This record gives sequence, C-alpha cells and structure tokens, in this order.
Amino acid sequence: MLEDKDSSGKPEPLNVSREATKTFPGVKTAKTPWREMGLKDQEYELIVEKLGREPNYTELGMFAVLWSEHCAYKHSKALLKTLPTSGPRVLVGPGENAGVVDIGDGLAVAFKIESHNHPCAVEPYQGAATGIGGIVRDILAMGARPVCLLDSLRFGPLSHPRSRFLFSGVVSGISGYGNCLGIPTVGGEVFFAEPYKNNPLCNVLCAGILRHEDLHKGQASGPGNIVMIVGHSTGRDGIHGCTFASEELGEDAESRRPNVQVGDPFMEKLLIEACLEMMATGAVVGVQDMGAAGITSSCAETAARAGTGLSIEINKVPMREKGMTPYEVMLSESQERMLLIVKPEKVETVESIARKWGLNVAPIGVVTGSGLLEVFDNGEKVASVPVKLLTEGPVYDPPAEEPAYIRENAHFSPESIPVPETSWFNEILLELLASPNIASKEPVYRQYDYMVRTDTVEGPGRGAAVIRVKGTRKALVFSTDCNGRIVYLDPRAGAMWAVAEAARNVAVTGAQPLAITNCLNFGNPEKPDIFWQFKEAVEGMGEACRVLETPVTGGNVSFYNETEGEPVYPTPVIGMLGLIEDVEKRVTPGFKLKGDKIALLGRVWGDGRSLCGSEYLERIHGVVAGSPRQPDLGLEKALIKTLVEAAGERLLRSAQDLSEGGLGVALAESCILACPGARGAKVNLQGVCPAGYRLDAVLFGECNSAVVVSFSPDKEEALRDVCAKNGVPFSVIGEVDGDVFTVEAGAGTTVIKVTSADMTGAWANGISRSLI
Amino acid sequence: MKFGVVVFPGSNCDADCYHVVRNVVGQECEYVWHESKDLRGFDAVILPGGFSYGDYLRSGALARFSPIMQSVYEFAEKGGLVIGICNGFQILLEAGLLPGAMLPNDNLEFRCGWVNVKVENADTAFTRLYRPGEIVRMPIAHHEGNYYAEKETLDELERSGRVVFRYVDENGCPSREANPNGAARNIAGIINERGNVLGMMPHPERCSEAILGGEDGRRLFLSMVRALCS
Amino acid sequence: MKYKGTVVVTLKDGIFDPQGAAVRGSLLALGYPQVVDVRMGKNIVLYLDVPSKEEALSLLDEMARRLLANPVTETYMVSVEEWCSRP
Repeated sequence: MLEDKDSSGKPEPLNVSREATKTFPGVKTAKTPWREMGLKDQEYELIVEKLGREPNYTELGMFAVLWSEHCAYKHSKALLKTLPTSGPRVLVGPGENAGVVDIGDGLAVAFKIESHNHPCAVEPYQGAATGIGGIVRDILAMGARPVCLLDSLRFGPLSHPRSRFLFSGVVSGISGYGNCLGIPTVGGEVFFAEPYKNNPLCNVLCAGILRHEDLHKGQASGPGNIVMIVGHSTGRDGIHGCTFASEELGEDAESRRPNVQVGDPFMEKLLIEACLEMMATGAVVGVQDMGAAGITSSCAETAARAGTGLSIEINKVPMREKGMTPYEVMLSESQERMLLIVKPEKVETVESIARKWGLNVAPIGVVTGSGLLEVFDNGEKVASVPVKLLTEGPVYDPPAEEPAYIRENAHFSPESIPVPETSWFNEILLELLASPNIASKEPVYRQYDYMVRTDTVEGPGRGAAVIRVKGTRKALVFSTDCNGRIVYLDPRAGAMWAVAEAARNVAVTGAQPLAITNCLNFGNPEKPDIFWQFKEAVEGMGEACRVLETPVTGGNVSFYNETEGEPVYPTPVIGMLGLIEDVEKRVTPGFKLKGDKIALLGRVWGDGRSLCGSEYLERIHGVVAGSPRQPDLGLEKALIKTLVEAAGERLLRSAQDLSEGGLGVALAESCILACPGARGAKVNLQGVCPAGYRLDAVLFGECNSAVVVSFSPDKEEALRDVCAKNGVPFSVIGEVDGDVFTVEAGAGTTVIKVTSADMTGAWANGISRSLI
Repeated sequence: MKFGVVVFPGSNCDADCYHVVRNVVGQECEYVWHESKDLRGFDAVILPGGFSYGDYLRSGALARFSPIMQSVYEFAEKGGLVIGICNGFQILLEAGLLPGAMLPNDNLEFRCGWVNVKVENADTAFTRLYRPGEIVRMPIAHHEGNYYAEKETLDELERSGRVVFRYVDENGCPSREANPNGAARNIAGIINERGNVLGMMPHPERCSEAILGGEDGRRLFLSMVRALCS
Repeated sequence: MKYKGTVVVTLKDGIFDPQGAAVRGSLLALGYPQVVDVRMGKNIVLYLDVPSKEEALSLLDEMARRLLANPVTETYMVSVEEWCSRP
C-alpha cells in the first residue's frame, strides 16, 4: 500500500535508482542524454537547479517529454495568452482536454482540433489513424459522447508521387480508423500547395455532446482516490513521440518509423463505450487521455490541475512486452489508453465495466497531497519530481523578424498581370473548378462514413457541416478553414481571413458562430522569420475573434513543420462551432428554383489587390505574390448577423460564401449544387463592379466579405431591409435559370456562358484527373 | 411489436436502428448484449451495422461465434423475423443463415454514399409496403460489400425470388456503373428460403427521416411491423 | 512440445482478387512484365502446445475450417514446424 507523502512539494534528495549506464532506445550516448532526448543544455541546467539535484534517467525522460515543445508550448504560451478565451457560453476554456461551450437546454458541446503532422509525414496511414484516436479521447475525457469529426488536410500538388502517397495514405488512415468508431466524418478541407510536399498537415477536429452535469475534467483531485489505467496494454511503441513532433524532419525521417504508433480502432470504440458507462456511474473523479508522453503527461497534468500529487506503481501497469524499464513504461505512447481517477469504493464498479467491454484495467496508484509525481517499481522508488516542475516548462520569448519575402512582396504589382481577353473567361472558370483546391472532394469523403449516428443533416461537400441534436430542434454547425497561401503572404491578414471565413461558412447555414478551436501549424519557431509569422497570425486571429465574438476555447500548436529547412505555409486552421436553434430553418448552398433572384450580400473589391494570393493568380498565371488586404471585420460581423437573421425569417433559398475562386466560383458552385431544373443562372455584374475594376478580379478575386444568396422574388424587400438595417451592401445580380450559367459584365457583354453539365464535369473530376 | 437490436463489441449502427424503431416507427425496442442467450419476448431481431470485433480476420467472422448467435439461429428457426444490415448481413453470411460470402469492394475502398436500389421482391415480410420493381434511394457505407456466391447458388436465388434488393441506375438498369462494390449480379440484399431472414448492405435506418435526405428506408421497418401484426 | 503452425489463407482460384490485380498493375508499371498473376492472402501464425506434429496439423486444419478461412471464397494451406521458445 502506498503512503501519503508530506505535502511540502519538495523533492527528496533520495536514493532514486541510477540507470544512467544502461542504453535506451533512441539514445546514442549516455554522456549528455538530455540532448538526445531533445533538451537543451540550459534546460537541463534549469532542471538540476529547480530539482536541487541531477535527475535520474527516468526522471530526465519525463522532463524531456513534458518540456518538449509539443507538451510545454515553450514558444507559443506567451502569445496564446493574448487570445480572447472567455464568453457567456464558454463553460471550459483552454487548458483542459477540450473546450466546452453551452448550447442551451442544459446541453453543451466539447470540441477541439489537433494536429498529427509529423507522424503522417513518415507513416501516413497510422499517423492519421492515431491522430483521430487521440482527439476522440480528448473529447471523451470531457464526459462527452463524440458525435462528429472534421479533417483539415494539406498536401503537396498531386503531380508529386510522394504527395499522392501521403494523400492516399492519410485518407485511408482516416477512413480505416474513423469509420470503425461509428463517429461520422462530416467535413473538413483538403488543400494542395508546394510547401506541403514533404510536410503534410493532418489536423483533426472532434466534437462531442454532453449534458452540463456530465462534464468531467482532467483533474486528479482528492488524496486517497485511486489512479487507474484502462484500455490497451502498454508496449514500447511511440517512446518520445512528442519529442519527435518538436523537431524538424531531416532526411532520415523514414528511419524514424519506430516512433509511430499503430492504432486499434476496435479497442478505441470499446474504450469510448466503456468510459462513458463508467462516467455515468459517478465513479470517475477525473479522466485524461494518454496521448503524447503517455503515463507521464497524463499523471503530471491531472495532478497539476488539481494541485495534488500522484504515487504510481508502474509494475501494476498492464504491459504488452516483457522486461520494460520504468523509463519505457512512463514514456510509452501506446494508443487507446485512458487514465481515470476513481473513488476508492468505486474501483470495483470501474473494473466490472471494463471487464464487460473486454478491456484491460488496473489500479496503478493513488492521489496524494504531496505535490510530487512519485514512481515506484516493485517497491523501489524510481522517480520523484514535483508535478508543477514537470508541467511548467520554460517559456521563451524568441526574436521575431519580418521575413525578406514579405518586403519583396510589397513590390509586387498585381497590375503587371494582364487582364485576360473576355473570350478566355469560360475556360478560366472551368480550369478553376477543376483545380484540386476547388474541385469536388467526393473522391476523399466517399471513403468516410459521414452518415453513421443518423444526425448528419448536411454532410461533406459544403462549406460547413450541419449535425442535428436529437431530442431538440437544434443543430450544430462546424467548419474548418485556413488559406495558407494568404497567411504566407500576410500572416496577420491571413489569420483574420481564416476566422472570418470560418464564421461566414457557419453563418451561411443560418447558424450563429459561437466559438473556435485552432490548430496552429508553423515551421521552426526558433527562426525569427517563422516566429514573426506566428506572432502576426496569433495577433490577427485574436483581433478577429474579439470582433466576431467567437472566443478561443482551445486547440493545439504544431511547430517544426519543416523539411530540410523548407517550412510549410503558415497555417493557422480555425475550427468554428455554430448553432442553429431550429434545424428546419437551415440554409443550404445550391440554387433551388428557376426564377429565384440572386443577390450579392457584402462586397467584392474587384481590384488588383484582391488577386493577391488567389487561386486564380496561382493556377492561371503561376504567381503567388502580393499583399492581400485585411478583412473589414465590422462588415464581416454585420454580414454574419444578416445571414442569421435572414435564415431565421426564412428569407433565403440558398447561400454560398465567397472563398477560393471568388464570386465566379461561388456562383458556379451554387449551380453545381442546385436542385434539378435550377442548375443555371443569368447574372449581370454591372451593379457590383466598383469604379476602376478589372474583370478577372471581380470574378475571381478573393479576400472579399461577401456571400451569394438566392431567394424567392417576394422576399426581396424583406431581405433588403435586413441588409440595410445591418449596414450590409445588397445587390441583386441576376436570377436562377434552367441549366446554363451566363455572366454579363456590362450592357450586353457576355463574359461567361457555360452549361451546368460542363461545370459539374470539370468540378467533379478535378481530383481524379490530377491523380492520373 | 418488440424489436431487439443486438449489440456486438464494435457495433456502431445499433443506436441508429434503435432510434428509428422507437422514435420513427413507434415500436418497442431493446438492446440485446451479444453475451445474452435469450431472445424470448422479441418479435423481430436486428443485427446492426458496424465493425463487430473490429472486422478483424473477416467482416462478421468473429461475431458469429458470440453467444447470442445460437439464440438467433433458434429464433430464425421458429420463424422470427431477422434482419442483418451491412455488418449484420456479413454476420448472417458467416453464420450460414444466408448463402454466399462477402469480398472486399472491387474498388478496394470504403464507400459511403447514396445508391439506387430496386425492390426485386415486394412480397416479403420486409418489403410488402414497397411497389414491385420500385427504385428507392438508400445510403451505403462499407468496405466489404462485394457479394459472392457460386453460380448455382446465384441462379437459385434469382429463380426463387430471393434477391430482394439490387443496385441499379436511375432507370432501373443493373449496370456496372450502378454497382458500388462489384457484387455479383448487383445484389444488394437477399432473403432466406423461408422468407424470415433478410440481409442487406444498404442502411434503411439512415433514410427513414426526411431531414436526413430520404425516407425510403422507413417502409422497410413498417413492413416488418405490418407482417408481424398480420 | 511446442509447434509453430502457419495457416495461409487465399482466395479460391477463379475468384477475382482486386488487391492482387492492383499489385500486379503496379509491378507491371515498375517494369516486371514477367508477373502473370498475383494473389493476395493472409498469413496467420499460431504457436501451439500439443504432443505431436500430427495433432498440430489436425488442429490447425480444424481451426482453419471453422474460423480462419471462409469456405465459400477462401482456400487454405497449413504447415507446422517445431518451436521451442515463443518470440
């Protein structure tokens, strides 16, 4: 039986067994083992100073993982503190396993997005699979039933064999793992660009629903409570995974394969059901996923949050392999495990539920008041470290310096790009529709079960997914967004656009945007130009979230997305949660009825600057350059309000936001996604072309705060009133037609005339053609 | 009428079937844990979709040895209505309650989406509320739905009207393009000789409410209720 | 006595094997025109504690028939070798 230690919180200068002479996986030399574990010399010195002695090998390993960038947010913590994180609906903000937002009627939504980029770069199938496993357990840990997944993916162009390999591997990994869990994959994005060639991004958002009273936290409170591990047995897999995630990938990325864990979705499914059942009995005081850094981080974090200590007997951990050292057990990242803090009298209840589901379960320790994480192996103390010291790693404020390319970009003149002749616009539109960044993602999402749970009202293939909440009239709306190309050109503006677009995508369905989760994918923060990107992006995101009143409830930072010095586009992915009070009032993207009117809400800039960073400029002219403008956040907010009100009053038949490909593509998509008999449109742009416009920018320019809507002609006055009241420009630009899409620029000048069949063909086959 | 929805470890459409039977069709419904050996009191049994035992080895291969399956045999033997949907169909095949076997989809991918299905036999306990030859839209979501049986078995199934559902195009033609998985003769669902055990790959429980994009599946459950009442 | 048994399960001849076909296609593309056909299968290794090789074989055969292979679509081969310590 373990004793309750005194609560001074000081480490004892005790005889913790020395293991420094042994050799361990991943450690080449024992002389400066901290370096091989990813710690810097000064960090090691700090550990010795704070601990008052040299750590032993096991303790050093524990520090190495918890002080890794992945766990400690060393380079991001200071800036993340500047983000708005509170609001009337936020029940749990950053710092827990996931944010939790109130949706009324005693219900709440837990949601979070997380990256699994590094594992996907070396083993895409398992990397993606275990990425899903981890985020699902985070949601589960809040006491929520996971109800949907969205994936935000980035790859290099499909013309590269490596990109195809990564693309198909990641998609099958999501399919193989996610489908088995019975959690629908309802949306997300896929974007292709050169900088992601060797560094794919795989960000997964999971959301769950819970009743307020079922909320659980990752807290090891109540000395005397029992620490239990449930799920898979522990093996040697994935040791130092989070250290790996905190480095750039070198040429030897392939040889790092042993760091990638293998997922077992069947076990995860059983773990979900078992944990929900255990939590429902009231037996569970605290619960935490064992993700990165395994037992070490889950123990340290739960104890730190509760201000307690833990005493762990690692010989009681169910093990998969023989002869595992304390170091290996503490650092293993074996998947599908949860840490539970259980009332002593309820241990049996938890054990019997685990047995029912065929899961390993074992009490492995006890909560203490010591403030220490103490580890015993068959009675011998092998580690003893203050939890606060483990979880409060160093915080850095690295230098930031504007990259040279930003200055060079300022000299780029969009006017140097000639406006194509009018006769080319048909072709340009079809070419853009076929671009893998715009084309239908059906070849991807048809591999995902997006309907299981029978709540998917609007699934993938739209800007946002709509999930009904059974037993209510409510629906949740989710969107993930980020255009890395725009962020690269102007990180501040780009991050604002990511928030604005995510909010708009949610609002076009009629939902009120409530809160965000974010996944910040950047290069090496120790490089001043990368840190500058990060700083600008975080500040931009914070500003947009403040104006749009969508607080940040959590998320994840992924640095070191570089291969051989080449970083990815800075990619702060925004996952937005919205709420529709009456699902029957939702608005969908495609046109519905011939003769309906089409209007633009908001404005298009139509100038050279709006071409900067556009899909049109890269795809048609081969240029990625310029300074995109910042969004007018006031207009965005008014636009969102307008959309929510218009939907509430049932004024809209369809709504589609302007993003990649601009107004031209938004209109084309409204035709492609339309009901039979309404797959065309007659549009005249005269009313929306600003003075001095260029036609390519009006049609294909981006960074606009605008939405294309269609409505029954008798609703025009009411809609105009809502727009006027909110100060949103309202311009009727045409009407829904049979099956031909025509655009006139001025009086009688037809610039686009294509059939919906041609548009649909280009759009539907865009990805499969790129794979040939 | 009282339906039982069997829950195997890894079932994931159990709650969906339960929801439809209870809240959409308005019948009594209970979950039956796979270790149970008792189906007394039930009028119909649903083997739901999912990944029983992770679909490790082969889809449905491990689930057929669950204790409940002995009771399912006996229940079917006594004439009780049994429907296996998706993974449930795979289990019925592995258990020998229906002839044939499932192979991985010929496109080697998991496929999720809507398909057109023709009701080839509207004279069964599961389809009596459909019109003969009616084309309905239903979702599919599977990796192993490529139905296989030897030629004699297929001929016998066709001859005796036991092919209940077939993948077709909008015009009702069982074309290669309309076949999402390579199933022999575009077979989407079959019934046993006695007419009380149906297996089908499409998910009727996912299309029983208009809000989900289609209601064609509801009549399948209503047909069962009607058959049980008569 | 301990034995290591191996059960190899493949699709019956005449049943189309799309995985095999895909692998063959890739091998052809890589410049191996000699590949006439590819059949994929499962390799299942079982460690048995039984008194004799004959018994091991007969057990493996029974397990293959009952569970490891589906008689409708699959065929199998079993083999046994002596094995002293588990890996």
